Parts: sequence; C-alpha cells; structure tokens
Amino acid sequence: MSDNIVEIDNLSFGYKGRLLHKGINMVFPRGKVVAIMGGSGSGKTTLLRLIGGQLKPNLGEVRVDDEVVHKQSIDGLYKLRRKMGMLFQFGALFTDLSVYENVAFPIREHTDLPESMVRDFVMLKLNAVGLRGAHNLMPTELSGGMARRVALARAVALDPQIIMYDEPFAGLDPISMGVVCNLIRSLNDSLGATSIVVTHDVHETFSFVDYVYFVSDGVVVAEGTPDDLRNSDKPFVHQFVHGEADGPVPFHYPAADYKLEMLRGHDV
Amino acid sequence: MFKGLRDALAGLGHRVIEGVWRIGAGARLFSYIGFYLIESFKRPRLIVREIFATGVLSLLIILVSAFFVGMVLGLQGYNTLQKYGSSEAIGVLVALSLVRELGPVVTALLFAGRAGTAITAEIGLMKATEQLSAMEMMAVSPIARVIAPRFWAGVISMPILAALFSMVGVLGGYFVAVPIIGVDSGAFWSQMQASVDFRDDIVNGVIKSLVFGVVCTLIALFEGYDAPPTAEGVSRATTRTVVNSSLAVLGLDFILTAFMIGA
Repeated sequence: MSDNIVEIDNLSFGYKGRLLHKGINMVFPRGKVVAIMGGSGSGKTTLLRLIGGQLKPNLGEVRVDDEVVHKQSIDGLYKLRRKMGMLFQFGALFTDLSVYENVAFPIREHTDLPESMVRDFVMLKLNAVGLRGAHNLMPTELSGGMARRVALARAVALDPQIIMYDEPFAGLDPISMGVVCNLIRSLNDSLGATSIVVTHDVHETFSFVDYVYFVSDGVVVAEGTPDDLRNSDKPFVHQFVHGEADGPVPFHYPAADYKLEMLRGHDV
Repeated sequence: MFKGLRDALAGLGHRVIEGVWRIGAGARLFSYIGFYLIESFKRPRLIVREIFATGVLSLLIILVSAFFVGMVLGLQGYNTLQKYGSSEAIGVLVALSLVRELGPVVTALLFAGRAGTAITAEIGLMKATEQLSAMEMMAVSPIARVIAPRFWAGVISMPILAALFSMVGVLGGYFVAVPIIGVDSGAFWSQMQASVDFRDDIVNGVIKSLVFGVVCTLIALFEGYDAPPTAEGVSRATTRTVVNSSLAVLGLDFILTAFMIGA
C-alpha cells in the first residue's frame, strides 16, 4: 500500500482547444489535509473532477489507492468512489429531501442497515457538524453555511478515506468560515481520512492545512507547508498570499494597446 | 457572396451534425434506462412517487380538457349528422374519435405540456445545482435513481390518462347530445356499444398512448439531462420538450394510424 492515497502523475487536461493542465504532478499523503490553491479559472475544481473520475485526462493519470481512475469500468469507478466523499461548492443538497434524508441518502443507497441504525448514523453525523437540531428542515430553509455543513455531514456519512472540498469557504461569513475550517480538520483527524481542499482563501486555509499546492497557468508553480509559502520570495506566491492586484498574474485580461484602440475608434 | 453561401452551408452542416449527435445521445440514454430496468424496479416507492408527480398531478388538466373536447365533439357531430338524419350515431362518432385519435393524441400533447416540462425543468435544475454530479460522486447512478423511475412513471401514466380522457370525453359528448340537444339516451349508448371494437379501436388506442408515453417521457428526460447548466439552458430545454414532443406525437400518430388501418 502506497503512502499516498492519491497521486497525480504528469496530468494534462483540456477541452475546446484550451489546455487547462499541462503535466501536473501532485501527491496526497494518507491522513493529511492538502490544499490546492490558485486564481479563479485555474482548473482547481477540474482537478477534483479528474480525481473523482468525472473527467478523463488527455495525458497522464490519477491514481486513487493505487488504482488508475480513468481506466476503471463503471463498476470499478463506483467502487472507488465509495472511498471518497465530496463537498460541492454550494452543497448540492437534494432539494426535495429534508436535511435528515439528505444525510441518510448514501447510507440507504449503499447499506442494508435497519432504519433505527440509519437514524443513529445520521444523527451522529449531524451532531458532528452541529446541526442535529435542524434534521427536519428542508434545504431551502438553511443558510449558506448551514447547507455547507449538512453537505459535509452527507459527504462523510460513510466514513470515506478521501474527502474533497470544492471552495468550502465561498460566500461564508467569518464565523461560519471558522466553523468549517475546524470541521475539516477535526473530521479529517477523527476519521483518519485524507482531505483535499480546493480554495483561494489564503489565510483561513493556511491556518489548518498540512501542505499546499499553488496552481497557475496549468502547472504547479509552488508547493510547501503554509510556513514555507508565507516566507516564499517567489513572485506568484508573494502576490497571491498578500493579495496584490498586479504582478505575475496581471490585473488586465490580455488586450491590444488601449491608446491605439482609442485612436482607432470604437469598433470593438 | 461565396462567403455567405459557405457560411450558410457550414451552419446547415453544423445543425445536421448536432441533430444526429442528439439522436445518438437520446438513444444512448434510452439504452442506459433499459440497462437499469431491473434496478429501478427495486425501488418501487420512487416509481410510485413519480407516478403521482407526472400522472396524478396531470389528472385535473386532462379531465377538464377531456370534458370540453367531448362536448365540442357532441356539438359538431350532431350538427353534421342531423343533415343526414343519423343524429343517433352521435355516440359512435364521439367514442371512435376519442378512443382512436383524440384520446391518445390530446392526452400526449397535454402530458408534454404539463408533466414533460416539469420533468425537464426539474432534471435541468438538478444538473445546474450539481445534484446529479453529487449523486455520481456518491457512487449512485443518476440514471437509475432519477431518470429511470421518471421514465417508467411516464410510460405507466400515459395509457391510464388517455383511457380516462376518452371516458370523460364520452361523458362530455353525452352531456351535450342527450340532456341538452335531446338525442335518445338508449340510442347513444347502444350504437356506441355496437360499433366500438375492442381489438381495432381500444387496443390500438392503448398502443398509441403507450408509444406516445415512451416518446414524450424520453424527450423530456433527455432534454433535462442534456440541458446546459444555466437558467437560459434550462429554459430552452423546457421549450424544446414541448415543441419536439408535440411534433413527435403528431408525426407518429400518422405513422401508427397508417399501420393500424393497413393491418
């Protein structure tokens, strides 16, 4: 058994003629919380989809628990996904099911447990995210932060070995953000799982992750522990960590010379 | 000029390729539904729930429409038949029109408008809000859990709705012909009983409604599943469901009728 539960090896992926990843290499050691960071549109979420087998790479491979993801049959892929839990950016809760039913969904689908045990498991998971009292509510009655926590309870309902988080802090207030940070760390440690957090929120992420990959322009531009990266003198890392508007990642989308364009007229 | 012609040809080619691609994708979805046939019947509660959503909730519009269609048939039929002194045959005219044609066809058109659009919008929104992706990541097939139960619900509901449409339509025709116009009640029912054939009329009507049920539900499911995950994408998919289902029902009705009359 490899020390790394997920390994990304020379991965290239693109669509519609645009190459999003150009030979990416990453490893995710068992038991660690690893963040993938980068600007919007840098292909972070796509990486999660490649790990989950929802997309196939153009080149290279992703290995989960020593199995090459894109070479699996449908059954093999579903077997592999039983080891994973994923928190989607906006929760992706089933809107026709209550909070309780949402968390019970994967348990009912994959086990034959009696209803009393399903209830115990669901309440255990909801208690872990602090929402046991909200089990009767419908997803439309939840705030963004609560929905994210219910989705987290659902993602860990079957005690997965890998938990993937897609932008878990997007749109959350500072209190909810702190709650989610603590939950990611505590759930990871109590389940003995490996967490992969895709985000661009530097300060929250640096406070609880073990290792960070920075992705830009389709390649890994920097990696290391949060302390390494805080003290890094690489221009991209410096710009990202300190939130500078201009730098290696330009403020302006590529365009022709503004002065010449103005002189030429308004034929945009 | 050549550029315009070339662009027009390219546009036409693009539409043809897209059309062929969509037919292929629809056929693939249909084969997946077949693949999950047994698995979806392991969850009878899901199918029952969908029958309620697609069938039971469509009942009101179907029954009200059927009553009005039957009344119009009674009025128009009497107006024509009395010129030939055969106004007692009004029951036959109403029943055969409904059982052979109007029952399956109008029910299918109403079904596409009421239940088909609901199916497309629901699945399109589930896709847009990543609920289908979430299901896939939980190692649960959306085809087995979401698509197949809705397909079977549509296929089961349509013949029942069409039968109810025909029954209520006949009552509508009776209401106009007998109490209002004054046609003899015994003649209305006895002529209908003598002329409506079980094999040629009722079974053929059921076959038509079954085919329309398969086609309308499949179109609605495919459009929802294939919808771009945006508000505009779901809106367009919903419109396409109504347009494509209506055209498919009317076209297939002609083909099926030709085969049934020829048989």
